[in-house]
Amino acid sequence: MKKKNKTLNLNFGPQHPAAHGVLRLILELDGEIVEKADPHIGLLHRGTEKLIEHKTYTQALPYFDRLDYVAPMNQEHAFTLATEKLLDIEIPIRAKYIRVIFCEIGRILSHILNVTTQALDVGALTPSLWGFEERETLMTFYERASGSRLHANFFRTGGVHQDLPTKLIEDIGNFCETFPKTIDDLENLLTDNRIFKQRNVEIGIVTKEEALNHSFSGVMLRGSGVSWDLRKSQPYECYKDLEFKIPVGKNGDCYDRYLCRIEEMRESVKIIKQCLKNLPKGPVKTIDGKISPPKRSELKDSMEALIHHFKLFTEGFRVPAGDVYSAVEAPKGEFGVYLISDGSNKPYRCKIRAPGFSHLQAMDYLIRGHMLADVPAVLGSLDIVFGEVDR
Amino acid sequence: MLLKNVQELEKTINSELTSKIKKSTISFKEILVETDIDNLLNIIQFLKLNDNCKFKQLIDIAGIDFPENEKRYRLVYLFLSHEKNLRIKVSIDFDIEKKIPSIIKLFPSANWMEREVFDMYGIKFVNHPDLRRILTDYGFKGHPLRKDFPLTGFNEVRYSEKDKKVIYEPVNLEQNYRNFDFESPWEGTKYIKELNKKKDNEKKE
Repeated sequence: MKKKNKTLNLNFGPQHPAAHGVLRLILELDGEIVEKADPHIGLLHRGTEKLIEHKTYTQALPYFDRLDYVAPMNQEHAFTLATEKLLDIEIPIRAKYIRVIFCEIGRILSHILNVTTQALDVGALTPSLWGFEERETLMTFYERASGSRLHANFFRTGGVHQDLPTKLIEDIGNFCETFPKTIDDLENLLTDNRIFKQRNVEIGIVTKEEALNHSFSGVMLRGSGVSWDLRKSQPYECYKDLEFKIPVGKNGDCYDRYLCRIEEMRESVKIIKQCLKNLPKGPVKTIDGKISPPKRSELKDSMEALIHHFKLFTEGFRVPAGDVYSAVEAPKGEFGVYLISDGSNKPYRCKIRAPGFSHLQAMDYLIRGHMLADVPAVLGSLDIVFGEVDR
Repeated sequence: MLLKNVQELEKTINSELTSKIKKSTISFKEILVETDIDNLLNIIQFLKLNDNCKFKQLIDIAGIDFPENEKRYRLVYLFLSHEKNLRIKVSIDFDIEKKIPSIIKLFPSANWMEREVFDMYGIKFVNHPDLRRILTDYGFKGHPLRKDFPLTGFNEVRYSEKDKKVIYEPVNLEQNYRNFDFESPWEGTKYIKELNKKKDNEKKE
């Protein structure tokens, strides 16, 4: 009797160096051609949304660092924006600039990781060695601002935790001068590289229409030629006053997305430079004592400060009832928080919209008809981090 | 997003869909349209295709649990329109026996989002091709985001040296999660309110 079904089932992951985390892909192969891909996610599910419902607004913030752990502060940003919207407060202008600086640092962190590891997946080792040196410098900036390299917990409702040291501002400025050279070096290695192009050009093509249907955002959308960036179209913080371009791709393949990321890094450097140049003086968090805690030095002599401090670190602040959605342009796409408050000191519900979730969902559509060896290339260009996909 | 544009959108929706929507509200410059299960698909289709709306992108589907309400669950659909640079929220309230029409035909990306809602709340969708659990463990029981599901869950896993494999055990905590009551003591915290209730009941008897 002849076998009817020729397809071979292949289990890719959950522990695979090219899966960028814990992804389990069930692939149906016809020879080397992928006929169907069924991603199994949730292996890193930690119940973030459930945990947030049991924590005060200040305690909920660090969970956002642990979502997309490659660019922690961008996630914190979405959550603080949502709470501030509900509280209806405006943050000091200096805090806005500091937030933007660190969000752009986060964007560079994320794009370096993505570009270099994607290159690693298709066989180039050197970019990751060069790129990670720069990431190390950037993470030192994180550390000098917040005290930790990865899980910063630096943003607060009403501003940021602390002002930046003068020397740090100087060093970030110096970094902006030297970093474009590194981007050039990376481009020298990859952009015209024959092997890199063979592995990426015309792989994983997404049309404009399909990109919209699959809820793509960020580079995945711009790579397909849709000029859409929340920093431009629905500007938050001080992005309105800054000059930067939105790189847009043409063909919607892995190679265009790579080019977009490289250009975005250059734009980010420009944004940081402008912010450093125009960094205004003043407070870095709202002076409303009911929301941001008093200075440590005040605790010794001010009764008011002591009471506020005690109340804020036991009960936390109460947020008026209502529901808001606020989104930021995270490095991977639109990262949003849908926050529902019932008027108490804890969020009633906090739905996290992670860009990677919808991107990974399209895996089956992207990889159908491609070769098995293209799976890591497509996966790499989707820019998946499992912290945010699984939540 | 300008408030003016949001108000205009509200007008369009109210005039075109009068009978299909229950209520529309604008708060924080965001528009929320409340409707019911029967009209859901029509409204979403209208929002996607109408020239003044063009909500071509589904951002997310959020489930919410209100144990006190008669209609316990709420689904909120978030949409984005690139052309008009607008966002909209569409919500439906219902109880658990109801099945919700799937919107995969209109928005393919709803597939995993609906699976997530099913996983987290146990809400069922009609015409969904592949309604499996997505985020929880293989063989998981219960729906974790329901308010009556405990934060610690029911089972924990560990590697057993004896059996040489990962085993499941009922959760055993040295100390329970401490959920403080932050109601002001002058207004009467929860336990005081409960005590007072008991006293009142005893008096009545």
